[in-house]
Amino acid sequence: MTEILKMENICKSYFMGEEEFEVLHNVSLSIRSGEFLSLLGPSGSGKSTMMNITGCLDVPSSGKYYLSGNDIDGLNEVELAKIRNKEIGFVFQSFQLLPRMTALQNVELPLIYTGLSPSERKKRTKAILERVGLADKLNSLPNQLSGGQQQRVAIARAIVTEPTILLADEPTGALDQKTGIQVMELFEELNRDNRTIIMITHDQNIARHANRIVRILDGYLTEREEP
Amino acid sequence: MLWESIRMSWENIITNKLRSFLTMLGIVIGVASIIALITIVQGATNSISQQVTTLGANKITVNAMGTPLKQGLNEEDMKNISKIENIKGLSPTVSTKTNIVYQDEIKEDVTVQGKNEVYFQSNTSMLQSGRSINILDIQSKNQVAVIGQDIVTALFYGVNPLGKNLIINGTAYKIIGTLAPSSGFSATSNNETVVIPYTTALRSLGVKSITALDIYLVDTTMADDTVLDIKGILNAAFNYKDNAYSVFNMGDIIASFQSMMSMMSLLLGGIAAISLVVGGIGIMNMMLVSITERTTEIGLRKALGATPNRIQAQFLIESIFLSIFGGLIGLILGSLIAYIASTLIGVAYSMQISTIFLAVGFSAVVGIIFGYMPARRASRLNPIDALRSL
Ligand SMILES: Nc1ncnc2c1ncn2[C@@H]1O[C@H](COP(=O)(O)OP(=O)(O)OP(=O)(O)O)[C@@H](O)[C@H]1O
Ligand SMILES: [Mg+2]
Repeated sequence: MTEILKMENICKSYFMGEEEFEVLHNVSLSIRSGEFLSLLGPSGSGKSTMMNITGCLDVPSSGKYYLSGNDIDGLNEVELAKIRNKEIGFVFQSFQLLPRMTALQNVELPLIYTGLSPSERKKRTKAILERVGLADKLNSLPNQLSGGQQQRVAIARAIVTEPTILLADEPTGALDQKTGIQVMELFEELNRDNRTIIMITHDQNIARHANRIVRILDGYLTEREEP
Repeated sequence: MLWESIRMSWENIITNKLRSFLTMLGIVIGVASIIALITIVQGATNSISQQVTTLGANKITVNAMGTPLKQGLNEEDMKNISKIENIKGLSPTVSTKTNIVYQDEIKEDVTVQGKNEVYFQSNTSMLQSGRSINILDIQSKNQVAVIGQDIVTALFYGVNPLGKNLIINGTAYKIIGTLAPSSGFSATSNNETVVIPYTTALRSLGVKSITALDIYLVDTTMADDTVLDIKGILNAAFNYKDNAYSVFNMGDIIASFQSMMSMMSLLLGGIAAISLVVGGIGIMNMMLVSITERTTEIGLRKALGATPNRIQAQFLIESIFLSIFGGLIGLILGSLIAYIASTLIGVAYSMQISTIFLAVGFSAVVGIIFGYMPARRASRLNPIDALRSL
C-alpha cells in the first residue's frame, strides 16, 4: 500500500501575547492508503490542532508535511484551497451544516468549488445521499433531520468529492450510543471500499472500530501495537 | 463560476428580504432624488428656454433712453444700423399712451405702438384676423391700425372691427387686423395694444423718436461682432454717452440662462449624491453584519475548498446586486416623482437615457466601493477561527 500522508517532526505553537505555547511536539506520522486510523486523546491534548494541520486548514510552525507526495510548506492560499477541495473530506465535530440549505444543497457545497457542471453535481450528490441511506431526505433542512441523519449528511458532504483522506473530528461526539454505532458502521463500510480515514475521538470504544490507533497526550504522539 | 456566485448572492438577498430592502432604501432614496431633481430641472429649463427662444434667439434688442438733447433714435440712425453686415431686418418701436375712441366709446391710456412690417414677419402667428402692416403702409404713412384682443372686446363687442374707423389722438385710423391673444408674461402681452405704422406714429402722434429697436440677425454666431458694430453707430448717434442706450443680445441671455440652469441641476444632483454615499455606508454596514453572522459559513466554505477570490466575489456581487437593485427601484420612483412634479408645475417631462445610465452606473459604483472592504474582510477570514466561532 502506498503512503499518502507523511508528517516529520511537526511542531505547532500558538502565541498568547509574548508567550509561546507549544501544542504539538515533534509529531511524526505516516499513513498508508486505505488505513482507518483513530487519533485518541483526552480533551485539550491537541487533536483538533492535528486535524487542522492534516486538513491543510493550518500550517505547522516547523517540520515537514507531505500529502499525496506534495510538500505543503510554501503553498499559497489558492493552492491550499484546491488541496482541501480535492484531497480532504472534513466531518466536523458539530456537523457544520448550513441551516438554510437542504440536505442536497449542503452536500453539493464542496462540488461548487470543483468546477463540475450543475447537472453532474446534482447526480453525484444524489448518489452519495442514497449511499448513506438518506434517499428520502434530499430536500429536508438540517433542523428537520435527527442528529444521526445530520451526521450522515455531513459525511456525505465529506465524501462527495471522492477525497484522498476522510478526516472526522469526534464524529460521534454529539450522538447517542446507538446512532454512534450506526455511524461507525458507515465508516467501516467506507473503509472496506478502500477509503483512508482519520478519525479523532476521546472515546476508547469508538476508537476500537479503527484498525490502527494512535494516542495523543499533551501534544505527544504515541503508538502501541494493539489490535 | 460567476453564475454560481450570482446565484448564491441572490439567495442570500431573498432569504433576508426585509433587511435587504431596508439596506437598499438609502440607495433608493439617493437615486430617486437625483433622477427626480435632474429631470424636473431639465424639464423646467427646456420649457423656459423654449419660451425665451420664441421671443427670438436671433435678435438683438436696443433700448434707447436717449439724452436730454436727443430723446431716442431717429430714422437716420435706423438707416445707418440697417447698413451693418449680418442684419436681416429692423423692427423699431415708437410708443406712447393716449385715448382711443370708437363711435361713442372711449378707452383711456391705451398703449399705441408704431411698428413696421418686420415686426409682423418675425412671428407669423401674431395675427388673429385681417392683415398686418406692410411696407406700403410704412412708406405712405397710412392711417391704419392693428388692435389687441382686449380692445376688441372693450370697443367692438359683437361687432367685426375690421374696416371700422378708430380715432386715435383725434385722427381716424382704419382697422386692418386684430392681434392674436397673447398668453405669457404681462410685460410682453400686447392684448391692450394698438399697433400702427411707425412712420405714421412719428408724424402724427407727437412722438419724435424711436425708443426701441429689434434687430434680426442673419447669423447668430456672429452676434458679438454685430453688437460691436451697433454700439459704434449708437455711440456716434448719442455722442458717446453710453448710458443713453442699452444693447441686449437675446442669444447671450438664453445661453447664460441655460448655463445657470445646468449649474443648478448639477448642484441639486450633487446634494442628492450625498444621500447615495449615505446609502452606500448603509450597504457596507449590512455587509459587515452579514459577514459576522455568516462567519461559520465562510469558514466552512473555505474549508471545503473555496478560494479567497470566490468568497470575495460572492460578497462583492451581493453588495453590487443590492445597490443596483436599489438603483433600479430609485429610478422608477424618481421618474414617477419627476413625472408628477412636472405635470403639477406644468413643464414638459423628458427622461433622458443619460440620466438612467447615470443613476444605475452611480449605484453600481457605490456597491463596488462600499462592498469591497467587507468582501475583502470575508475573504481573509481564517477558516479555523471562523469554524470555531460557532
Ligand atoms: N488558536 C489557538 N490559540 C491558542 N491556543 C490554542 C489555539 N487553538 C488551540 N489552542 C490550545 O491548544 C491545545 C490543544 O487544543 P485542541 O483544540 O487541539 O484540543 P483537542 O484535543 O481538540 O480538545 P477537544 O477534545 O476538547 O476538542 C489546547 O490547550 C488549546 O488551548
Ligand atoms: Mg477538538
